[in-house]
Amino acid sequence: MNNKQSTAPEAVNDFDQLNRDWYIDKAVQILVFLGGISAIIFIIGIFVFISKEGFGFLLGDFSFKEFFFSPNWRPTSENKVTYGILALIAGTASVTGLAMLIAIPFSLGTAIFIAEFATGKTREFLKITVELLAAIPSVVWGFIGLAMMNPLIIDIFDVPVGLNVLNAGIILGLMAAPIMTSIAEDALKAVPDRYREAAEAMGATRWQVIYKVVLPAAKNGLLGAVLLGVGRGFGETMAVLMATGHAINIPTSVFDSVRALTATIAAELGETAVGSSHYQALFTIGISLFVITFIINLIADLVVRGVKKG
Amino acid sequence: MFEATQINRKNLGREKLSRIVLGGMTAILILPVILILGTLIYKGAPVVSFDFLFTSPTNGMTAGGIFPALLGTILLVIVALLASVPLGVAAAIYLSEYAPDNWFTRTINLAIINLAGVPSIVHALFGLGAFVIFFRFGTSILAASLTLAIMTLPVVIVATRESLQAVPMAFREACWNMGATRWQTIRRIVLPNAVTGILTGVILEVSRTAGETAPIMFTGAVFFLPFLPQGVFDQTMALSLHLFVVSTQVPEMPEAVPYGVALVLIGLVLLMNSVSIALRMYLRGKKKW
Amino acid sequence: MVNQATVKLGVENLSIHYGDEAALEGVSFDIREHEIFGIIGPANAGKTSFLKAINRMDVFNPNMKVGGSIKFNGLDVSKVRNVYGLRRRIGVVFPLPVGLPLSVYDNVALAPRLAGQKDTAELNVIVERCLTRAALWDEVKDRLDSLGSMLSGGQQQRLTIARALSQEPELLMLDEFSIAVDPVTTMRIEDVLKELKSEMTIILVTNLVQQARRLADRTAFFLEGNCLDVGITEDLFTGEVSDQRTRDYVEGRFG
Repeated sequence: MNNKQSTAPEAVNDFDQLNRDWYIDKAVQILVFLGGISAIIFIIGIFVFISKEGFGFLLGDFSFKEFFFSPNWRPTSENKVTYGILALIAGTASVTGLAMLIAIPFSLGTAIFIAEFATGKTREFLKITVELLAAIPSVVWGFIGLAMMNPLIIDIFDVPVGLNVLNAGIILGLMAAPIMTSIAEDALKAVPDRYREAAEAMGATRWQVIYKVVLPAAKNGLLGAVLLGVGRGFGETMAVLMATGHAINIPTSVFDSVRALTATIAAELGETAVGSSHYQALFTIGISLFVITFIINLIADLVVRGVKKG
Repeated sequence: MFEATQINRKNLGREKLSRIVLGGMTAILILPVILILGTLIYKGAPVVSFDFLFTSPTNGMTAGGIFPALLGTILLVIVALLASVPLGVAAAIYLSEYAPDNWFTRTINLAIINLAGVPSIVHALFGLGAFVIFFRFGTSILAASLTLAIMTLPVVIVATRESLQAVPMAFREACWNMGATRWQTIRRIVLPNAVTGILTGVILEVSRTAGETAPIMFTGAVFFLPFLPQGVFDQTMALSLHLFVVSTQVPEMPEAVPYGVALVLIGLVLLMNSVSIALRMYLRGKKKW
Repeated sequence: MVNQATVKLGVENLSIHYGDEAALEGVSFDIREHEIFGIIGPANAGKTSFLKAINRMDVFNPNMKVGGSIKFNGLDVSKVRNVYGLRRRIGVVFPLPVGLPLSVYDNVALAPRLAGQKDTAELNVIVERCLTRAALWDEVKDRLDSLGSMLSGGQQQRLTIARALSQEPELLMLDEFSIAVDPVTTMRIEDVLKELKSEMTIILVTNLVQQARRLADRTAFFLEGNCLDVGITEDLFTGEVSDQRTRDYVEGRFG
């Protein structure tokens, strides 16, 4: 054993100083925290700024009954200016509805095929293709609706106008499907293999395993994928702007031209004077869109995480 | 031995049928798009040339090239990246390395998801109200880029966070035990091993930003500028908006021109995405632990 | 015969709780400078938690509550301002080998670099010395830039030891280091530890009772969150014990 003289603790503990490394670490901690809360700041900021611009309308010409229940959107009328968005809501709803009718079965089918049947190179190829399809910008889709679907619809169905609910519905469906496929596929992949193995051990065929075991287990994620698609449909701007035509009315057939909420803002904002009633009314549509998609996203997130609402 | 019984045969038949049906559905989803792309190439390729890419439009945009729009898009993307990447990486570092598992963190994550789901036209309204009007940037590259940056921030955050979280915890603990501060650990071990993943996310962001139209329509991009932008407070043309304009706003447009513009835009976007995908596959092969 | 040796680590009434569960309770003893202090006991006795409390790694687990006090050189570790400085003076080797995804050289040079050492010649000396002491130098001297994380398990464990040594620690804590290492190498490292004693204080947590007997000057026996015995190692085997269970454990009757 050594008989070293014990040194004074203060000198030995000279490590206990706040040095440069310590200060830098603290500074970084603060900086990244600010980065972390930026998302919250921006979401709140978006709501604040669009409300600010639409505020005047809300306090002035706005009438709840008229805004949400009148189909007459006539902001530039010479006799009676009305701000009813019912027709616009119908426009958005009809296009989104048709799009989902197309997209849901096909994206689900594709997701099941990729996740449960395809293997190796085929699967890789399909996944990459789906990913690339999801990347096509909306203005390009709008152009496709305009330049290709339009004449096609006129030809095949013998109708005078090809810019309508059908056109935008198909386009939107093709747009939303790849994203929904990806999410649905993730949901299917998340189902543990042992569920499948257990069913197969009992003699079930591949399809029975999927139908009776995998799909029910993945239903939360699948529902989330659908909700996400709906949210995207509601919020899509350029494609519907270019493919729906410009008629503000409640559609009675898929061949009717309509106008969507988003497209209305895009089409008319440029012609309004900042601060005018029309301008503020458009911002109010924006507020409504923000709230609707916020709620849809909230529900989608809760559903996907398996928490039941209510 | 084990002959297929009546029931088995019916089941096997059903399985085959389901495989065919599902495969068919996949094909129906993908083929039309491939046809569409093919048409784009067929009708647009004749127009796309070196001149097309590098000269300005003439004759009321029915002829000439798309250079100002191309340049504008590049400028918008660069400024948007400068704003969103540092912020997004910082946010992801917070979420991956610092954030405790509580309601506040969950709120942040919710905000990110919602930010990603806000309609592009609402982003445009926000950009107008905030950057153009309130901060008085006017319609400018700055206002448009900042709007784009906020819009694509979630992409950077999520990609970065996932790459950071892929680094095993054991490495961090080994460093902490040696007396390294959190930042030193991040700087020396975590971040360097997440860089490729971050890059993947950034490239993805670039492709999304380049294709957006609505957010820039009222915040800084314009239909036509006789000269090129000189600074961030100038307005600019942009490829995505240009496509919208030439396909809807200009009378007597030769059919091929919009196809050409669409081809260039989609080519740019698909190229970026392919690079991102290739980078991811390269990453998968190059394991460091 | 009582030596006037300094107390390196003073433990007083230490308790560690994870939520409501107690991992350690009422532990008190001194660890003296320049001794090898062994800690033996079956799994889940609280030995690893004890080490974590010493270098304040408990801050990373919000569930972990430390009561009582641990004094390092007389300084209460819970009152330290610069906890990174504290950790730099304490080297740890855990049972799971961890090779950082840096070159072998950078693995061992990391701690000196963090401490501000920039001179390449100095670093070379440090790297060689630490790798030699960890019984790894001969195997890696020709490939110092190969990735530390791609070495074999046993090599990674010795790399971890080399890293701990590169801190030039006052206190070296080894937690079951020989699990991932073959018996021959274990012997070599044990010899190194005996030499290192003159430069630092060593805490040796081990499952191998005979290893404690070979190396530790004094040993503590932990059982189910309590410290049942502390004393000169040989006493635990052949001399007087405070608790019969200690003798039972070292004789292999349980654990």
